[in-house]
Amino acid sequence: MTRAQAGLLLAAPALVVIAVFFFLPVLAALALSLTDFDLYALADSGYLRFVGLRNYVQLLGNPLFWQALGNTLYFTVVGVPLSLAVSVGTAVLVHSRLARCRGLFRTALFAPVVTTVVAVAVIWRYLLHTRYGLINYGLGKLGFAPIDWLGDPHFAMPAIILFAVWKNFGYNMVIVLAALQNIPEDLYEAAELDGAGAGQQFLRITLPMLGPTLLFVSIMTVAGYFQLFAEPYVMTLGGPGQSTLSVLYLLYEEGFKWWNLGRASAVAFVLFLMMFAATALQMRLGRQAAA
Amino acid sequence: MRRTHAALLLVLLAVSGCGGHRDVTELRFWAMGRESEVLAALLPDFEREHPGLRVRIEQLPWTAAHEKLLTAVAGDATPDLCQLGNTWIPELVALRALEPLDARLAATPAIDRADYFEGIWQTNLIREAAYGVPWYVDTRLLFYRSDLLHEAGFAEPPRSWAEWRQVLAAIAARSHGERFGVLLPLNEFEPLLALALQQPEPLLADGGLRGNFTNPGFERTLDFYVGMFRDHYAPPVGNAQIANVWTEFGKGYFTFYISGPWNIGEFQRRLPPELTGRWMTAPLPGPEGPGASIAGGASLSIFRRSRHQAEAWQLIEYLSRPAVQQRFHQLTGDLPPRRSAWAAPALAQDPFARAFRDQLERARPTPRVPEWEQIVTEMRIVAERVVRGEFTVHEGAVELNARADRILAKRRELAAEGKLL
Repeated sequence: MTRAQAGLLLAAPALVVIAVFFFLPVLAALALSLTDFDLYALADSGYLRFVGLRNYVQLLGNPLFWQALGNTLYFTVVGVPLSLAVSVGTAVLVHSRLARCRGLFRTALFAPVVTTVVAVAVIWRYLLHTRYGLINYGLGKLGFAPIDWLGDPHFAMPAIILFAVWKNFGYNMVIVLAALQNIPEDLYEAAELDGAGAGQQFLRITLPMLGPTLLFVSIMTVAGYFQLFAEPYVMTLGGPGQSTLSVLYLLYEEGFKWWNLGRASAVAFVLFLMMFAATALQMRLGRQAAA
Repeated sequence: MRRTHAALLLVLLAVSGCGGHRDVTELRFWAMGRESEVLAALLPDFEREHPGLRVRIEQLPWTAAHEKLLTAVAGDATPDLCQLGNTWIPELVALRALEPLDARLAATPAIDRADYFEGIWQTNLIREAAYGVPWYVDTRLLFYRSDLLHEAGFAEPPRSWAEWRQVLAAIAARSHGERFGVLLPLNEFEPLLALALQQPEPLLADGGLRGNFTNPGFERTLDFYVGMFRDHYAPPVGNAQIANVWTEFGKGYFTFYISGPWNIGEFQRRLPPELTGRWMTAPLPGPEGPGASIAGGASLSIFRRSRHQAEAWQLIEYLSRPAVQQRFHQLTGDLPPRRSAWAAPALAQDPFARAFRDQLERARPTPRVPEWEQIVTEMRIVAERVVRGEFTVHEGAVELNARADRILAKRRELAAEGKLL
């Protein structure tokens, strides 16, 4: 047995699992997206027709898809940097030598991650309530007029972003915290001897040393945020005025509400390609930054 | 968890082991929500009358029912009979899942079509063939605060759109923008749909192959609906922003609310005692006097794959008896679809039910195509955008028509090929 054969043999179980649970479904989805599988086809497979790229053409010509894509990009472009900044910020605070009760804070900040999205959405809906909500109460004390968070198309997405960032930052915080603990202490001591202040230490030591971790965390977060679904589903049902409709939400409605599985598969495939491209771009940018 | 499962399994095995009714036919009956919980109380009498039959009720939550039904059809796992929201019938008929009931109806004089509210009965007909028997009905009309109406200077609830707007204007003049005349939640399609059904034009054209929203009737309705928001008679909010409809109704945040029969019980239970006698129901105002509303509700249907269709029909016949429907009403508050069942004192003397009795004579079915639910969802979305000023009323009607035509594209193609069931 050659080395290559042995290697293949060892990798085979994993490859088989990936083939069965990843490539096969992707191919099936691709095939389905080229048909007009819908309610009528469910009744009688004689109604199932091969339609080529029609689902894709219709999708790209559907203003709702572009709106959903715009909403998803808005959520990702604002949400991911915000989420990363909060994660890094809280991780640095918890890691700080001056911090007390670190365990308590670490747990408290991580707690939102393990809560159920449906349950906390109920609480957030009350926090965001126009007339009785705590957030508008606070804004009122500062002299701002009440904001109709979930009812105004301009504020619904910011509200969803706030909710999602609050819900998710703890996960990344723990990963960043672990990376912070791996930065050798003597780097900071040396920097201090050279006269670097706290700001410079953060910019010249902490951030570069966190580089690979931040790349990993941002790839995972972008992939997760692209698949925005649960937050608008429980908070706004995609409204008001479809301002929080995401691509995945559109897919859900097409596929599981209206049973247009052909069109839903086309949406899934377009989303897959977009996430693939976004991840590839991040990897490349990450490699360039490292070089 | 696993241990309790094992224990349960043992108990089940023991029960089935010592039961031993080999000659008994078991009917599988899928029911939903509250109805599925109270059904058990109605069944002992049926099983006494039919010693060879046992009914097994399988409960589905309403939120998952639609998906479960479609999955069951796809997987050939349908029950013998089922409680169906009547707007789902066209879809399940398109899936060829339901058995036509005309022959059985003809042989069962006890189920007298003339005794049923006509609009409700029609929801069960697809191309004149019946696929369900109405079980209970649901329509939308006005719930209103009679005390606030009096304060605004009106003794009677409005009967026409013009009267309604007069009342709303009077309420608006007194409330200084802090209270509203009417609540029309933007996340519900029912209020607009009820008003749209009041127009003579059908909502779909060409026998359900095209949208029919760019006609004077629908545009008049849309303009009336949007006008409520434009004139600040209705707040531009969804249910999520109201948080609690009953509390707000109690506080007088709005005077009118378009809702269905279940809210009679909810309002009685949830409104504070001092509001007793200060609210009432009224038929929905129409363009020129009392208007039509939605013929909603649930029907009982038999599945094509059932091997006990005759027995399932016996159960439907039993549940359709006026006396049984009256007991069902006592248990659930659901309103019966037969006029004779309304003779019971519990219904005839209920002041809140009176408006429903009146409204049901003017209930109209929605277009019976499988795509209707999707189209009516688009209607809500487009109407919300008109309310928010993104479209004018006419642009909204054109946009909605284009969306409906897009949704019906495959139906048109199948019809052109002569393949439509």
